[in-house]
Amino acid sequence: MEEIIRLELNGKKTEMLLEPNLTLLWVLRNKFGLTGTKYGCGMGFCGACTILIDQEPVRSCTLPVSDAANKKIVTIEGLALNINLHPVQKAFMEHDALQCGYCTPGMIMNAVGLLLKNPEPSQQDIIKGMEGNLCRCGAHVRIIKAIQTAGAEMKGGK
Amino acid sequence: MKKIIANEKESLKSKERIGMRRRDFFKLLGGGIFIFFQPRDTFKLLELQAPQGRSLPTEFNAFLQIAEDGSVNCYTGKIEMGQGAITSLAQIMADELEVSFESVKMVMGDTDLCPWDGGTNGSQTTRSFSPHMRVAAAEAKTILLQLGSDYLHVPVSQLEVKDGIISDIKNNKSKVSYGELTKGKRIEKHFDGKPELKDYAKFKYVGKPYLHQDSRLKVTGEAKFSADIQLPGLLHARLLRPPSHGAKLVTADVSEAEKIKGIQVVHDGDLIAVLSDDRDKVDQAIVKVKAEYSFSETEVDDKTIFDRILKANSETNVIRSNGDLETGKKISDSLTESEFHNSYVAHATIEPHAATAMIEGDKITVWVSTQQPFRAQETIAREMNVPLEKVRIITPFLGGGFGGKSAHRQAVEAIKLAKITGKPVVVAWTRQEEFFYDTFRPAAVVKITSGMDKSGKITLWDYNTYYAGARGSDTIYDVPNARTTNYSGGSVHPFGTGAWRAPGNNTNTFARESQINIMASKAGMDPLEFRLMNLKDEKMIAVLKAAADKFGYTPARNPSGRGYGIACGTDVGTLVAHIAEVKVDKNTGHVQVIRVVCAQDMGLCVNPEGTTIQMEGCITMGMGYALTEEIQFQGGDIKNHSFDTYEIPRFSWVPKIDTVIMERNDQAPQGGGEPTIICMGAVIANAVYDASGARLYQLPMTPERVLTAMKKA
Repeated sequence: MEEIIRLELNGKKTEMLLEPNLTLLWVLRNKFGLTGTKYGCGMGFCGACTILIDQEPVRSCTLPVSDAANKKIVTIEGLALNINLHPVQKAFMEHDALQCGYCTPGMIMNAVGLLLKNPEPSQQDIIKGMEGNLCRCGAHVRIIKAIQTAGAEMKGGK
Repeated sequence: MKKIIANEKESLKSKERIGMRRRDFFKLLGGGIFIFFQPRDTFKLLELQAPQGRSLPTEFNAFLQIAEDGSVNCYTGKIEMGQGAITSLAQIMADELEVSFESVKMVMGDTDLCPWDGGTNGSQTTRSFSPHMRVAAAEAKTILLQLGSDYLHVPVSQLEVKDGIISDIKNNKSKVSYGELTKGKRIEKHFDGKPELKDYAKFKYVGKPYLHQDSRLKVTGEAKFSADIQLPGLLHARLLRPPSHGAKLVTADVSEAEKIKGIQVVHDGDLIAVLSDDRDKVDQAIVKVKAEYSFSETEVDDKTIFDRILKANSETNVIRSNGDLETGKKISDSLTESEFHNSYVAHATIEPHAATAMIEGDKITVWVSTQQPFRAQETIAREMNVPLEKVRIITPFLGGGFGGKSAHRQAVEAIKLAKITGKPVVVAWTRQEEFFYDTFRPAAVVKITSGMDKSGKITLWDYNTYYAGARGSDTIYDVPNARTTNYSGGSVHPFGTGAWRAPGNNTNTFARESQINIMASKAGMDPLEFRLMNLKDEKMIAVLKAAADKFGYTPARNPSGRGYGIACGTDVGTLVAHIAEVKVDKNTGHVQVIRVVCAQDMGLCVNPEGTTIQMEGCITMGMGYALTEEIQFQGGDIKNHSFDTYEIPRFSWVPKIDTVIMERNDQAPQGGGEPTIICMGAVIANAVYDASGARLYQLPMTPERVLTAMKKA
């Protein structure tokens, strides 16, 4: 049975008639056109679909949309403020912390979630926090550095 | 107006291959200067790399355009999959044309806009394609200078160019831009001369580190991949898949799937698909299809495959033969016989294969994640029985390739379903489909008999490689009596196999460099000194020394307990040497890589930043096939369905990585996307031996295998 699902999506209040068991990943991509969030495995093993729900990084590929109802969702498209990139996005660019770019949105969202919880993560904290996000191109060393840089910038209040 | 049209007959002959006629390019792109070019001397290379490939077109396979607004566009069928060609090609172009880096735009992998190309593989973009692009750019500059000379009434020798502006050396107020010169003109020139290397010292962009030019799109989620194309009325499709390779569909009952509201079922022979505008619905519907299969599977699994490979009815091909093996045996003081095994591994790109297909009138457009857009175009034209020019393949960004996106089954599926349903269709494989239809790196066996004299000089090298592929199989050492034999051609694999980053070379380098370390230990020598003594190739000696310097290596006989490994090799014209440090947990068999140093000689390095990233990526990715990655199977039944049972490298694995790029600016650029991965099996195996005394003869070096080897040590 369809019902009205309300989401606060990238700062905007939305409502849509949806079956509550639809997968959040497909709702974001196909109903809202937010294709920055990627499918990688559909089972929560790779992290390509990571988004923030109430500031927590969540795997959208295994989550029914009803679980996100009335919550604040941020996807990769909602991270930048107008033309100003989020410090994590900027740091990924500066460190060239990507190759093919497919895992990148999930990496960035997970990293933002990590920094929100722990603004001064040690290298070990970053490795632990990012462990569930997979990158096949092998950009790991740069991603770690990018998160350190972004953390320092966010702490500096920039 | 200057107009040179080379060989009209030739171009007519090859127009079918090109897919789009030259005059159509002009209609689309307007005026400006066009230089068509063709990397002719890649013929040989392409034959070696891709025996399945077709011949190159007789005309051009790329062109550059200097448009009326002064922008420079290079149209090439090469694609961008993270390797950074979009950046390095633009650097080369900017330098040769003397325009700003920002004004260069690479238009890649679109069969309507770009001329035919053989595909993006074998690390060929820089070493084979770019020299020709440079010559074409230089040619364009010559034409522009001539036009500038006419325009400014100053001889060419009195002109200089900077950032696309031609000016009079004697009067800097007298100047004209490239854009102004091309206005209202259409100048066409074909170039197929042999490229000559110029003085790289003068280059402004080449050799300097440049960040990925596409990164802003990728950090904002704007970058489009093949499953991200949104079209009105788009249907998502899932197809019925057999449970194993070799299973044949006998009956199928789709009635339960049809009952789901909003689901359209297509049942066309063996093609059974469910479609809906809702992806969740098709995921629910596909499991409702009841199907029965007959099985005629190959009786083999991941343990018996090696025996099957050795017993196969193979073609043998002697790649090298020098001296005499019997003589080599006689003069050897000791012989070492080893057999190395390597497992099937998956490409496991994070982006699964995807295609979005659309039909408008008689025109087919398919967005495909493929390294072979033009081959995809041919396949679809053939399958759909339409002329080539009615098929347009667009390659958006690829979420990784590594050789795994060379086939395009998903594109055929999408276009067939689009035709049947009359609507645009996206086929985006699940992770399980990805593991099922992947063209795995083949399992392989290498048998080596080698000998040395009392001083540790190698006197015999009898190398036999079975089903790995020949790349990297030839010995790099100076041996008087050597033979290299490649075994292939028998029917051994129960499923698809194909090119996997540096095909063949990972297996061959693992075997050769392990054997060398075994011999060094036998000789009581340090493995670096043993190599240096047996190498003649000065370049290889130099990279080994550079790696040792960077690492701070001190010689010791293995096993020294330090956990140091060393390996070297060559791939796509590039030489690499690695030194690694590992820790082996003697209770669990777990191997942790602490540090990896790699020195690389790739000739001129166009983009040191891009190269470093590729090297880091190869080292990181290569730890996977070295330590955990292995397809488990029973006949045609692939047991690995996702990343829970197929473990690829994670953040906690990543060692400290140091890279050294040798300064070889006076030499032609060589491949950079693959070489650094070839040593990862051997360098870790040798380090594990040095740490624990356990010699591993099979990849991956899982904890169980390490423990077993430690018991034998």
